[in-house]
This record gives sequence, structure tokens and C-alpha cells, in this order.
Amino acid sequence: MLQLLWLVPALPFAGFVLLALSGRRLPDRWVPFIGVGSVGLSLLAAVLVATSFLAAPPPGYAYSQTLWTWMSVGSFTPGITLYLDALSLVMVVVVTFVGFFIHLYSAEFMAGGEGYGRFFAYMNLFVGSMLTLVLASNLLLLYLGWEGVGLCSYLLIGFWYQDSYNGYAARKAFVVTRVGDAALAIGLFLIFNSLGTLEIQDLMRRAAQQWAPGSALALSAAALLLVGALGKSAQLPLQTWLPDAMAGPTPVSALIHAATMVTAGVYLIARTNVLFALAPAVQLAVAVIGAVTLLLAGFSALTQWDIKRVLAYSTISQIGYMFLALGVGAWTAAIFHFMTHAFFKSLLFLAAGVVIMSLDEEHDMFKMGGLRRSLPLAFWTFLVGAASLSALPLVTAGGYSKESILYQAWAGQAGSPWLWAVGIAGAFLTGMYSFRMVFLTFFGEMKQQPSKKPSIDIGIPLVVLAALSIAGGYIDLPRTLGNLPILSSFLQNTLPPTVIAQPAIDTELVLGVIAGVVPLIGIYFAYLLFFQRRPAYADGPTRVARGGPLYRLWFAGWGFDWLYDRLIVRPFVWAARADKDDVIDSVYDGITRLNVVFNNLLSGTESGRVRWYAAGIALGAVVVIAIGVFA
Amino acid sequence: MIAAVPMAHGLILAGCLFAIGLIGVLVRRDIIFVLASIEIMLNASGLAFVVAGSRWGQPDGQIMFIFILTMAATEVSVGLALALQLHGRLRTLDIDAASKMRG
Repeated sequence: MLQLLWLVPALPFAGFVLLALSGRRLPDRWVPFIGVGSVGLSLLAAVLVATSFLAAPPPGYAYSQTLWTWMSVGSFTPGITLYLDALSLVMVVVVTFVGFFIHLYSAEFMAGGEGYGRFFAYMNLFVGSMLTLVLASNLLLLYLGWEGVGLCSYLLIGFWYQDSYNGYAARKAFVVTRVGDAALAIGLFLIFNSLGTLEIQDLMRRAAQQWAPGSALALSAAALLLVGALGKSAQLPLQTWLPDAMAGPTPVSALIHAATMVTAGVYLIARTNVLFALAPAVQLAVAVIGAVTLLLAGFSALTQWDIKRVLAYSTISQIGYMFLALGVGAWTAAIFHFMTHAFFKSLLFLAAGVVIMSLDEEHDMFKMGGLRRSLPLAFWTFLVGAASLSALPLVTAGGYSKESILYQAWAGQAGSPWLWAVGIAGAFLTGMYSFRMVFLTFFGEMKQQPSKKPSIDIGIPLVVLAALSIAGGYIDLPRTLGNLPILSSFLQNTLPPTVIAQPAIDTELVLGVIAGVVPLIGIYFAYLLFFQRRPAYADGPTRVARGGPLYRLWFAGWGFDWLYDRLIVRPFVWAARADKDDVIDSVYDGITRLNVVFNNLLSGTESGRVRWYAAGIALGAVVVIAIGVFA
Repeated sequence: MIAAVPMAHGLILAGCLFAIGLIGVLVRRDIIFVLASIEIMLNASGLAFVVAGSRWGQPDGQIMFIFILTMAATEVSVGLALALQLHGRLRTLDIDAASKMRG
């Protein structure tokens, strides 16, 4: 059954081709059959492949399928080769699974709008590209998928292109991620130049042999890959595009900007973990960037009024946790958090989408409220998602994955109490902003009657994802709770195991309890501030809530947009304006002008007077003779 | 036999004549004088040939002079035809008046 692997990315691509070629000729009622069906079949193929992979693991715990040779230039022969191991298997299953349910949801959510077929064409192309990215056996194919998902992200953010703001957001996302993509491309050149291959497994083997740990080559290669990952995963300092990317339709935010594409950076780092292990400084940078990002984004999430922007900042923050995990060498914990995050964050987006849709495109949480009774399904699923996001202990998937990251941030090889403290502070913030959303949206007085109710197509994905947001955590139980790390031990067939410096069970227990209690405190604060609205408890925080300078700073995402605008955009626009007539061109213009001047000079001598001509001839003759005589 | 004139004298005379002719061509505006000046230049070069032929005791110089005379005759006929045309069309003999073909 492993031979079916090629079908997994091929089916969404086929769906894209069908939808793109049929265009508007296809009636809208047929579109979901192709659009959702292709991803459904892809999910089926992925499940079949996964079952046979688990039932009879291939030798070396990896299966590779070469479809054809992409190109052949000297010794450079990258193949269209799919590579399935524990890591890519987890990614493939999560991507197809979440992807399928979001497609199902979109079938109802996007119905009736303009460009229904176009939407599904882009979505299918996205899923195909994402699967290419995770299944690629060489970095070049990975890069193809990487650019493919970037393209789809651009197309889908600007899906409602009549509104010029959406186009702006799409361009911003494209340009900012391009910074990272350029670094990634240079990293690829560097790796190929120095190791002579782009096959991921080969290059990691050769790097381990040829590069000394901490050598300049290893550091620069890892740093370049890291910058690529930062752009795609919206981490500091390239995080500014993600909140604006919320201009796209809600299912797009759920699929691309929460569950899958933005975690491509996490996947890239996990995939090339050997390079990062060879560059300890860069790996530390990964952890620090993740920690700082998760904190900054957490504060920003606390101040947004647009429900989708809260979720966007929380996505940045949660990916910050994954980076933190990668940085301290907790490879499996990062992938575990990727998985649970994919479930609960897409759930949150989809439930928020229901709220937004039923309130006629209302994004402002302060204009919502009291929707608990009128939208019960959205309320309960959103509550589950928020609980999982804020990592409630024991009962939610997010609780398990975040607890494992926090423990390893403390006890892991590269971990430190500082990183742990930042993570705990982030967990507090997460609990607070998650339940701020819940209280503002679903509790309090009702401000607007919902105009429509979600249908069954929307209900199924919500319920399934809610179930997984709870149950998804039980596949990796820590030592303190049953000691059943199924996912971790499976992933360790591919990823290096986490080294715990001093594996003391009571430390783990204490840390686990703290990690479990802190989100609850955050939720309690949210309860006081946004449910009871007690001013006595919240002198400091309400100043924040009422629009002090700090509030404005957080609301604007710490002013990064402002900074980049002053630092990069304006000087660039100024230079472009100054160079409107092209400075380089003036050289060529000058040559032309000089020629015209000579031409005028010489044509002035053509006076039509015979005597002048005679004089010219005489002078010329004298000159020629003089040259002949004297030279 | 008359004592031979030194070659240098002959050549200097030829050069002077040529210069006079050239200056005439450049300075005079009347086409008749221009043609006459061209005659002087042609004869100056003919003289140079003859002097050179006498210096080497060869008849070639005088043969060349016959050629030059022939050419001068044709040149004068073309030149006079031009003078007639000029006068017929422009009612003047000033060659600067015939500058309509300038670029």
C-alpha cells in the first residue's frame, strides 16, 4: 500500500487542474465534489499509507518513492522523490486530515459567493503544495512546495480582490515571506556548493562528517535556513504579515495561517535537525526567538478587538512555543505541539468563522456578546478550542503538548529556567487572551442577533476537531501521567531523542503542576476583567484595556509595522521616487545626447558652398600629407 | 643645349603656382575666376611633372602633361557648362549662391 504515496499529493493537484481548467463553466453545485472530494481521497490515501507504514514499517523506517528525475545537470540530479518517514507521516496525516475538514466546512461557508470554484482551486493547489513540501526528499522539491504554499497564501489572502485592503495584505504577506525565502534559497546554494547534494538525508550525513560543530559553514547554513523558517512561520522579526493575512476568508486563515503553512518553518528545522545540532549558537537563537516571539505576540493578542487578529497573534505565539521547543532540542515536543495546535487553532478559526458569518461579517468582539445560547455549537466548540489553546491541564490536547515543551525548556539539554519562565509567562497570557475572547463573544449581554445558523457541513468539522482538541493529547502522555509517549517514541525513529540533563521525576511533576495551574490563573484574570468587569482588580490591567500608551503599543503589534515602515518601506519608496527617471539610464541618455551634438556640429559643415568643400579637401590633403611626411 | 634649370627652382615655382591657384579657388566667388584658378592648379601640377621628367631625362613627365591638358580641356568644358547653367538659373556667377543642396 505504500506505493499509493504518490496519490496523496497528486489528488489535490488533480483537483486543482480540473477546477482551474473548467473555470466558470462548472456549475457551483459540482465544485465541492471536486474540491472537497480530491482532498478527501487524498486523506483516504494518506490513511492507507499510514496504516501500512505502521503495520509493516519499511526497512530503515523510511520509504522513498522516486517518480521521475526532475532535471539532470552534471552531478546535480534532483528527483521528484517522495520520502516518507515518521516525521513526514505525522505531517501528511495532519495536513490531509485538517485540510479535509476545513474543505468540508468551506463547501458551506463559501457557498453562494463569487469565485466559488476559484476558491477551491486555490485551496486544492495549496494542499498539494503543502504535501509536496512535507514529502519532498530533497530540498529543491521542498523549496518548490514552499513557494507553492506561499503563492496560494498570497492568492487566498487577496481572494476578495475587489477590496484594495485585501490586495495590500496579500502583497505584504508575499513580500515579507519573500525575505525569508531568499535566505532559504541562498542556504540551498550554500549547502549544494559545499556538500554537493540537496538530498536531505545525504546532506545531513555529509554535514555531520564534513562540518565541525560550530564551524562557520554549519553556522551560516543553519542561520540561512532559520531565516527562511522565520519568514514562513511568522516569527520575530518577520512576523508582521500574519495579522494582516486575516484579510483572507476564514477557512483560509484556519488552514493556511494556523494549521499548516505557517508551521512549515517548524517542519523545516525539524527536518534538517542535524544542521542545527551542528550549529549550537543558531539553535540557541531559535529558542530565544521563539521565546521572545511567544511573549510579544501574547501581549498583542490581549489587546485586539478583531477576533481573527487575536487568533492570528495567538498563532504567532504558539509557533513561538514550537520554535522554543526546537531550540532546546525538544524535537518531538515541537511536532506534538504542531499537531495539537493544528487541531485546536483550526477549530477556533472555524468556530469564529461561524460567529462572524452569523453576525454578517462582524469581526469586532466588543460588538458581539451573549452568543452562548443562540449559537450553542459554536460556543461549545470554541470553548473546547480556547481551553486547549490555553493548555488546561489533563483534559485538553494543548495542555499535554505545551506541558511537554515547558518541561523540556527547563530540563532539556539546551534548556534553561529563563526560557521556561518566558514560556510560563506566555502560558498565563494565553489563558487570559483565550478566555477574553470567550467572555467577550459568548457571555455578557447580547448585542446583535445572529442572522443564520450553521448547517451540518459546518457542524461536522467543528465537532470532529473539537474531539481531537481534547483527545489528541492522549497519544503522548508524559512520565508523570501514565508514561505512554506513543507519538514521541514513534517520531524518535526519525528525530533525535530529547536529552534530559537530569531526569528527576519530581521536578517533572512540579513543573507539570505549575504549567497546569498558570493558565488557570490567566483564565481567572480574564474572568475578573472581562466577565465581571471589576475595576478594583484591574487598576493596572484596565489602564491597559482602556487605551493607555502601552495598550496602543501592544495593539499595534509592538510597533514593528511602524518601524519597518520608517526603516525600509519609506526609504525604499523615496529612493524609487527619486530614481523615477532611472539614474543608470542617464549614462545612456548622455551618450545619445553627445552623438546628437556631434551630428549637429558636422551637419553644420555641410553648407552647400563649394568653396568650403574645396577648403575641406585641401585641409584634409595637407593633413594626410603631413602625416605621411612627418610620421 | 641651354643649361638645365635646377629641379628645386622648378618645383618651387610649381608649388607657388599651385598655392596661388588654391587660394584663388578658396577666395574668389566668381565662377569664371574659380575655373581659371583650377586651370592654374592643373598647370602647376603639370609643371611639376615636366620638371621631374627633365630631372630624370625621361619623357614620362611630358606624357603626363599631355594627359593633364586633355583633362583640363574636358574640365573647362564641364565648368563652362556649369557657368552657363548657373547664370541661366540664378542670374549670377556667384558660386556661393548655388548652395541649395546643403544638408
